[in-house]
Amino acid sequence: MSVANPNLHYLHHYRLDPSSRRSTSQTPKMPFKRYVEIGRIALVNYGKDYGKLVVIVDVIDQNRALVDAPDMVRGQMNFKRLTLTDIKIDINRVPKKKTLVAALEAADVKNKWESSSWGRKLIVQKKRASLNDFDRFKIMLAKIKKAGVVRQELAKLKKETTA
Amino acid sequence: MYHKRGLWAIKAKNGGVFPKHEKKAIAAAPTEKPPKFYPADDIKKPLVNKRKARPTKLRASITPGTVLIILAGRFKGKRVVFLKQLTSGLLLVTGPFKINGVPLRRVNQSYVIATSTKVDISGVNVEKFDDKYFGKKVEKKKTKGEGEFFEAEKEEKSLLPQEKKDDQKSVDAALIKTIEAVPDLKSYLGARFSLRAGMKPHELVF
Repeated sequence: MSVANPNLHYLHHYRLDPSSRRSTSQTPKMPFKRYVEIGRIALVNYGKDYGKLVVIVDVIDQNRALVDAPDMVRGQMNFKRLTLTDIKIDINRVPKKKTLVAALEAADVKNKWESSSWGRKLIVQKKRASLNDFDRFKIMLAKIKKAGVVRQELAKLKKETTA
Repeated sequence: MYHKRGLWAIKAKNGGVFPKHEKKAIAAAPTEKPPKFYPADDIKKPLVNKRKARPTKLRASITPGTVLIILAGRFKGKRVVFLKQLTSGLLLVTGPFKINGVPLRRVNQSYVIATSTKVDISGVNVEKFDDKYFGKKVEKKKTKGEGEFFEAEKEEKSLLPQEKKDDQKSVDAALIKTIEAVPDLKSYLGARFSLRAGMKPHELVF
């Protein structure tokens, strides 16, 4: 596998610098917000590692990235299997596992992810999928109760406005 | 092959000679008299069958006290407590009767979904129940004349013997106490299971 020439490191940075494209003062609206770059956290959306958060650690070619995570062996993955997230950490190209783990801890990626709305949605989905038949029954009772309370309050408010 | 199998090492271990074991003395078979009659055609002997009858293998997810969902019959959808497996392989099950109307009953394992909810069954004695308890009562055959036909039909409906009602009560007494200790479990057992929109059985965790 051809290892990228470190001198050409800047070429792997797919970030399009808008100011370099135009000489005029007007900068166009950026169509992309999340870039493939070293340190970008991505979610695996296909394959054996489905649902894992991984760090892009190097770019191999136009289609593949070298990807790493604390609980997996560093390996290549096609970009099509990755969905980029908003989170980015500060690492050098292909860091050692220890440095990678330390950088993830320092950036507090886990908490940032779990508190983001995307991360929270995934957690809820997982919880719902793992519900027991008894749990589903209890949730149904709770929903009915909540709806009853809401309806009572609404009725009260309606009464006030008409009165 | 001699060297590959290490026969030289075995010989060396045994002092130059390959180890032999004594042949078992065969007990002399009693002399058979020649049969008096040889059948004209060869009789076919049935093949040897060494299979033993065993109760159906119980799924690992079904243990005493598991809540089961019955899938067929008049109690379909009912959530029911599993007591024990009978020697015929059928599962002994009870509602409890007061909660959902399912009495002590036998149910086939194939018509049941095992949930992961368990009820504590230690206070219940199910020793006396077996397949004979649930067998149909054999009635004495009465010779029917034409006039007696209509009377006999009226007697078809037999009442449930008081003994069975008492059995039901004694089994359910301890069970209901443990069920009421868990919040919502009583209403859970009283409700029937059904699939709603969007529920995919192969993706549901029971």
